[in-house]
Amino acid sequence: MKKITALTLACSLALGLFLSGCAMEESASGSSSYNFTAGSGSTAGNNSSSTESGKREVNVCSWGEYIDESLIYKFEEETGIKVNYNTAPSNEELYSLLQSGGVNYDVIVPSDYMIARLISEDMLQPLDYSKIPNYEKIDEQYKGLSFDPNNEYTVPYTWGTLGIIYNTTMVNEPITSWEVMFSDEYAGNILLIDNSRDAFGMALYYLGYDVNTTDEAQIREAAQLVADAKARGVYDGQGMDEVFQIMEGGNLAIATYYAGDFLSMHENNPDLAFCVPEEGSNWFVDAMCILKNAKNVDEAHEWINFIASTDSNLANMDYIWYASPNAEALEKYPAYYEETYGEPLDQELYEIMAAPKDVLARCSMYENLPAETLALYNDLWIELGI
Amino acid sequence: MKNKISWLAAPYVIWMALIVVAPIIMVVIYAFTTAQGGITLDNFARMGTYTVIFTRSFQLALVATIICLLLGYPLAYVMAKEGPGFQRIAMVLIMLPMWVNFLLRTYAWMAILENNGILNNFFEAIGLFDLINGIFGTDLTYFRMIRTQGAVVLGMVYNYLPFMVLPIYSVIIKLDHSLLEAARDLGANSALVFRKVIFPLSLPGVLSGVTMVFVPSVSTFAISRMLGGNNQMLLGNLIEQQFLGGAYNPYLGSAIALVMMVIVIVCMVVMNHFGEGEEQAVML
Amino acid sequence: MKQYRIGSRFYMALIFLFLYAPILLLVVFSFNNANSNVVWQGFSLRWYEELFRDRQVMGAVYNTLLVSVLATAISTVVGTFTAVGLFGMRRRFRDPVLTVNNIPIMNADIVTGVALCIFFVTAIAVWNGMIVDGWNGFVTYLEENFRRTLPRMAEMKMGFTTLLLAHISFDIPYVILNVLPKLRQMDRSLIDAAQDLGCTWMGAFWKVVVPEIKPGIVSGALIAFTMSVDDFVISYFTAGSASTLSIQIYGMVRKRVSPELNAVSTLLFGVVLVLLIIINVRESRQEKRLSARK
Repeated sequence: MKKITALTLACSLALGLFLSGCAMEESASGSSSYNFTAGSGSTAGNNSSSTESGKREVNVCSWGEYIDESLIYKFEEETGIKVNYNTAPSNEELYSLLQSGGVNYDVIVPSDYMIARLISEDMLQPLDYSKIPNYEKIDEQYKGLSFDPNNEYTVPYTWGTLGIIYNTTMVNEPITSWEVMFSDEYAGNILLIDNSRDAFGMALYYLGYDVNTTDEAQIREAAQLVADAKARGVYDGQGMDEVFQIMEGGNLAIATYYAGDFLSMHENNPDLAFCVPEEGSNWFVDAMCILKNAKNVDEAHEWINFIASTDSNLANMDYIWYASPNAEALEKYPAYYEETYGEPLDQELYEIMAAPKDVLARCSMYENLPAETLALYNDLWIELGI
Repeated sequence: MKNKISWLAAPYVIWMALIVVAPIIMVVIYAFTTAQGGITLDNFARMGTYTVIFTRSFQLALVATIICLLLGYPLAYVMAKEGPGFQRIAMVLIMLPMWVNFLLRTYAWMAILENNGILNNFFEAIGLFDLINGIFGTDLTYFRMIRTQGAVVLGMVYNYLPFMVLPIYSVIIKLDHSLLEAARDLGANSALVFRKVIFPLSLPGVLSGVTMVFVPSVSTFAISRMLGGNNQMLLGNLIEQQFLGGAYNPYLGSAIALVMMVIVIVCMVVMNHFGEGEEQAVML
Repeated sequence: MKQYRIGSRFYMALIFLFLYAPILLLVVFSFNNANSNVVWQGFSLRWYEELFRDRQVMGAVYNTLLVSVLATAISTVVGTFTAVGLFGMRRRFRDPVLTVNNIPIMNADIVTGVALCIFFVTAIAVWNGMIVDGWNGFVTYLEENFRRTLPRMAEMKMGFTTLLLAHISFDIPYVILNVLPKLRQMDRSLIDAAQDLGCTWMGAFWKVVVPEIKPGIVSGALIAFTMSVDDFVISYFTAGSASTLSIQIYGMVRKRVSPELNAVSTLLFGVVLVLLIIINVRESRQEKRLSARK
């Protein structure tokens, strides 16, 4: 009997926790509905209630810690549209999720090469730019890029560069070249980035080849370079987002990652430094798109327009440290920073976030590769993993 | 009346056919099809490439299982010899960690084992590295613990040890004491009693414990990802890659899962041949 | 003998230290003032405050508890009746059913998860393609031709429902395995006696059978609940756009786990600990009372 009482107790406790959660909800958002559940579900209740019942909603899928959450609440308050905000770990996993057909997102924020792939597989729908007046504010530099040459499908969300992050207390001299990733100087003290495109890409840059090459011999040579280094024990491990704890904690000396993420690591560990290697590197654009089978097309356009505004871009830039494609926002950011924090923004950090023209000049964008090259990448990558 | 009662199980039989059997049949079907829908054996032909991953996974899982057995059997044994109050507390203490999410517990291990983590900091503080460097003239500032196979095995042992202890304990506790007394009366010393009576009788618990540790160990992907530094793939990572990772290929993934399942079942059958346990999962 | 006892206790203490060191670390660092699991920067409750403000994490906690409670409740009821049914079944039929029943327990989680994932995706595609499209087509037809309207059906997708179904599927076997042995231990003549004394079958079931097997039901339910709360792999493959605490943590583990999650685990752990202590103290007291009476 007592065990039963205990169970009841546990249940009522669970209920209590849930109620307090809801209460928090209300006081936090000011609205009475249980709207936004990020990365997640309790959308269950929402899914089953049909969209016909007059409630407007939009299903967004983005990356983890890739938005200033208060923007979501603001959007909900301004428009009354409920945002179901979900996250996916990587472009590849997002692609798998979409392929498996188990999800029904409206807006996604993939990176350039994935956008090209989605367009070529007819998974996106053309946008109605008349509903996105803020598109005008996007700098011309980020329009008409290879993944969407005619500006039909995308509104850029952020951009940035890939580079080497290193701990100044653990290396002998400032790093400027990809060479360090393949030499024995810091063997066992380096983290290899855990996706084929970036890992083989840095080898291609180092060898002086085109990063979008389809020449099998060149790709094999690059893969061999990485594989040899791995066999010699140059890399202590492979990781994507693991890099945060590893570098912040001073556990390894060198890693390859994105500029925006370097800046948030730098906040926690000022010993870290960043460089875009002299051989060149990748610069990328993440952009918002609407899926072909989206159910809430109007709401999706409203969301995209809201996010593309200068205010939203400023808030986002401040929160996630990725540079904004909105020219006005990018220009205003140092002033915004000074106003918010009462101290000027370090120019060096600003230039890491928004790489200046001379740095961008040596960078290039990944393009979608033909199927056989992708298959080659995949096979070589698996060989490396074995 | 008997037959009428048995109809109570009917809904569950239908449920199992739908939610347990049908999905497994679908895995089998997927394993033999291509994305275009044709029948093929290609998925299995590609398995050759992954032999290394299969061997590595089974090796690591085997090591983890053996360590669990070596640690868990004595624990279950000494627990069973304590008084009832003590036993109950010990049981609770073994179950309790399960209430903290296993990913978080593993994450805590990451903080402990890191190069600049708690354990290395501790060694530093007590001057262990200075001592070693002094003696061997080395230049050691940390022990490399995380992102090694050892760390993966540690994670497996840590997470699945309770699954070894519980079944063994529940078998030992039910042993007929008169048997032990009889053996002693007949002149066997305690070592002999253990070898000839207790251990053989506790074999069903051991077998079930071995299964319950080995199966999750061989198929884990979170532990190897978190503690193994992604250096070397295990079977779980390989399968996960095919479903939710970069290489979306559920057909190949199904084939790998199927092969793994068959190997595991063969192992179980062979093992159970040696000891017979009518009810496999004697958890409590 | 005494030496043996000290040795065995010492061994136990070592193992428990091994089991609890990471948990202790988690608890301690939930009170850390900094966003770190390694560096201690003073005591603070800020992660607890942030936890209750974080809709994302609270949503995941809510989902986890809801799915565990629902799955446990449903599986306990279904599992108990099924066990009774199996008990009355002929061995020839019962054994295969029990073998299949063991599959979700014995099978590797990842295989179960992957199998359910494929199954749900297919089932949902079929459902959306036939039932939902058919019904909505019918509604459109009504609207266009007869100016009448009916509510439309929404398309299904992977989410809370599939998550719940998956949890029920691995919870029921535990309940059955815990209840069945208790039924076997029960004296069958008790049921006959009750019925001879005028009880209906249902009456006999509630008055005689249920009290006899209650320990089995309770331990089955407890195990089912624990398994549900602790599950990650199967949820990961079947949750679709829903999220549980485990999935949330797995998403964060790669970047950096917010100490909020230490806080939430500390709370859950504390509650369970207190409950277990209460149960145990009361049980041992009762036992003492019983033995005193003897």
